[in-house]
Amino acid sequence: MSRTKSITHLKVLVNPANCVGCRSCELACAVAHSASGDLYAMAQAGERPGYRITIEPYDNQPIPVHCAHCENAACQAACPTGAIYREEANGPVLFVAERCIGCRMCLHACPFGVITLHPLGAGVLKCDQCIERLEQGREPACTEGCPTGALLFGDEDDVAKAKRQQSAQRLLNMPAEGR
Amino acid sequence: MADKRRRTDDAAVQALFTFAAENGIDVETAWDRYDAQQPQCGFGKLGLCCRICNMGPCRIDPFGNGAKQGVCGASADTIAARHLARMIAAGTACHSDHGRSIVHTLHLIGTGETKDYQIKNPDKLLKVAAEYGIKTDGLSIQQVAKQVAEMAYEDFGRQHGHQHFVQRAPEKRQQLWERLGVTPGGIDREVVNLMNITHMGVDNDYKSILRHGVRGALADGWGGSMIATDLGDAMFGMPKPVRSAVNLGILQKDEVNVIVHGHEPVLSEMMVEASRDPELLALAKEKGANGITLGGICCTANEILMRHGVPIAGNFLTQEVCMMTGVVDAMVVDVQCVMPGLAEMSRCTHTKLITTNPRCHFPDADVQHIELDEKNALEIARKIVRIAIENYTNRDKSRINIPVEKAGLIAGFTAENTYNFLGGHYRATYRPLNNAIIEGRIRGLAGVVGCNNMAGHQDRSHLAMTMELIKNDVLVVQTGCAAIACAKHELLTPEGAKYAGPGLREVCEAVGIPPVLHLGSCVDNSRILITLANVLKEGGLGEDYSDIPVAGAAPEWMSEKAIAIGFYVVASGIFTVFGGPQPVMGSKNVADYLLGGMTEDYGACFSFEADPVKAARQMIDHIDKKREALKLRPMLYEYESAPATDDLVNV
Repeated sequence: MSRTKSITHLKVLVNPANCVGCRSCELACAVAHSASGDLYAMAQAGERPGYRITIEPYDNQPIPVHCAHCENAACQAACPTGAIYREEANGPVLFVAERCIGCRMCLHACPFGVITLHPLGAGVLKCDQCIERLEQGREPACTEGCPTGALLFGDEDDVAKAKRQQSAQRLLNMPAEGR
Repeated sequence: MADKRRRTDDAAVQALFTFAAENGIDVETAWDRYDAQQPQCGFGKLGLCCRICNMGPCRIDPFGNGAKQGVCGASADTIAARHLARMIAAGTACHSDHGRSIVHTLHLIGTGETKDYQIKNPDKLLKVAAEYGIKTDGLSIQQVAKQVAEMAYEDFGRQHGHQHFVQRAPEKRQQLWERLGVTPGGIDREVVNLMNITHMGVDNDYKSILRHGVRGALADGWGGSMIATDLGDAMFGMPKPVRSAVNLGILQKDEVNVIVHGHEPVLSEMMVEASRDPELLALAKEKGANGITLGGICCTANEILMRHGVPIAGNFLTQEVCMMTGVVDAMVVDVQCVMPGLAEMSRCTHTKLITTNPRCHFPDADVQHIELDEKNALEIARKIVRIAIENYTNRDKSRINIPVEKAGLIAGFTAENTYNFLGGHYRATYRPLNNAIIEGRIRGLAGVVGCNNMAGHQDRSHLAMTMELIKNDVLVVQTGCAAIACAKHELLTPEGAKYAGPGLREVCEAVGIPPVLHLGSCVDNSRILITLANVLKEGGLGEDYSDIPVAGAAPEWMSEKAIAIGFYVVASGIFTVFGGPQPVMGSKNVADYLLGGMTEDYGACFSFEADPVKAARQMIDHIDKKREALKLRPMLYEYESAPATDDLVNV
């Protein structure tokens, strides 16, 4: 069985209104992708694992921008070596550095700009939705690291349902003349 | 609830959490709030967040992808060093204002404005007067008190020159400080200086900032804290070894229980008297209580423990849960380490929470403020005890649950009475202690001090580290919450010697002391400095602190005061291990300096090691190196070191 099979329905969900711009998600991403997995050790070793989610300032608002793991992933289509691939039809879009030739076609193809150059200039950084943590039953580092709930790891259907409920409530509370 | 129990090694606290779970009592404590705070900000942990001016907050990207400097150009080094220096300033301010309140009380004795306090130890006062150069011939003790207080006030406000007590340090150390420009001047001036140099656009050289920080910290250890200890001893009496008890089992079901919590002894001294007042005892009887029990938490507890044998209810993390016993009729707090969360807990129990210090107020309407007035202190203490007595009848009898845990301890060791204990009354010198180290019975000395920290398990690191040290023949001295932690596990009794290595055990058994000596409250870390100065004077163990086989540790540190203490101890030449890293690890330069570079300047540096047994091994290795440098004999009973002790820890 594919290692991604059981989690394909779960996604990193963004609620920008809750983002305070603390950048804890970026930090958590870097720690999760570091050699030691330890904040202090990483900082002291001068390791630069980079982060795969960005708090993008826009109009003075911090907005988390992250990989959508698109159904028709442009990065995957653009990659000539299969370094960007899927294990499962709806699973996360993964990246394997060994196959990457550094052509950066993925970076140009991504409509969200979430694929970035590796800080050490070797290939690119691409979100793997913390596949290894998911296998251990943990959630991605960025969502776990978010202290305000701006990032959540959940079921898109549940979120859509919750939004429909809010929508319904708004309609119910609408003044009569507005109906 | 299960998680909460796992994060304390205090069986009394565990029992209360179980009781709360079984009885549907759902009150938030530090344990819940710590969980709610997760994940904590990595920038703050690494010391890379600067909030000093309003162009910020600025953060440095620890991976070098993003910002390398704040808006003003401050680097990671500058930002981490400035923040640390401000933590030192706060720590020094706390200990020193504690000292100031002692001086203030002494001054009121001198001017005759208070009759509630006396000079209980005139000898000590005269000794300090002599150090201050006061001619005491023909002066009454009251006049001496006034003059000493005025000289001490000057140490706070001094504009030029140095702290008086710096002269107690070994000659070599004084010269080193002078050479590095870190001999502390006026205490208040050093705190002001630290706030100044860390303002936006002042000092941005991390080494210079840290040097200022060291001077500020030395103004605490050799100034504010030492004044608090010495003048406290003069006024309230010199502690003597005294037997008492510790943990929540000291609370009495059929008595009025009053808990004092905080740090300053000025009011709690009077609380001791008020709790023994016949009129109030009669009132307690009238309300159906058999008596009045006073118990303490944190350093206020340590102060009245060592002078009056008043039992200890618990340490820092016990402060909220103690109310869940349902029998704390009043909790009286002064300053420092007083959790704002107490108010919520007091509302969920019958406990009356009373603040007493002008520096510490709660916004909650149900927290009563009865301010200490030194001129009328006993009457105020009586008023507070009366409130507790009146509250006795409001207990919810269905919610009473006093844990059985209670341990004996001996407290009240000082730099002065160590003479008597180790040398005997007929041979009152440090010689036997020095000889025990030189001959290899005692490997060396360690100070294990400091707080509890919610990030770990309450008491666990204190206990594991102390066990490892005494097992390896290191005589341990303790203050503050560390001492209370080890006391709960009976390490502060002569019987605790059974956990000690053969050499240390021999010494303990010969003179009847515990392997772990309680030296008092956190300002009493100054006693450790003086004890070690006496060890040096006795001879045979080098000329400076950095020669002695000694190490310090704060395994569960959490407060800014701990940082100030750490810095004055290291700058005095003593290698010191902190449990968790100080918030500087995002700056390689600052971290490297604290963890190694400081040795070049001060002959000692920090280590940050969260594993208490590994930390103890570092201390032992350091002590062994110092023994080797002094060419001391091998340990008398050198044996293969047993694996790490965890029999007391993994309960």
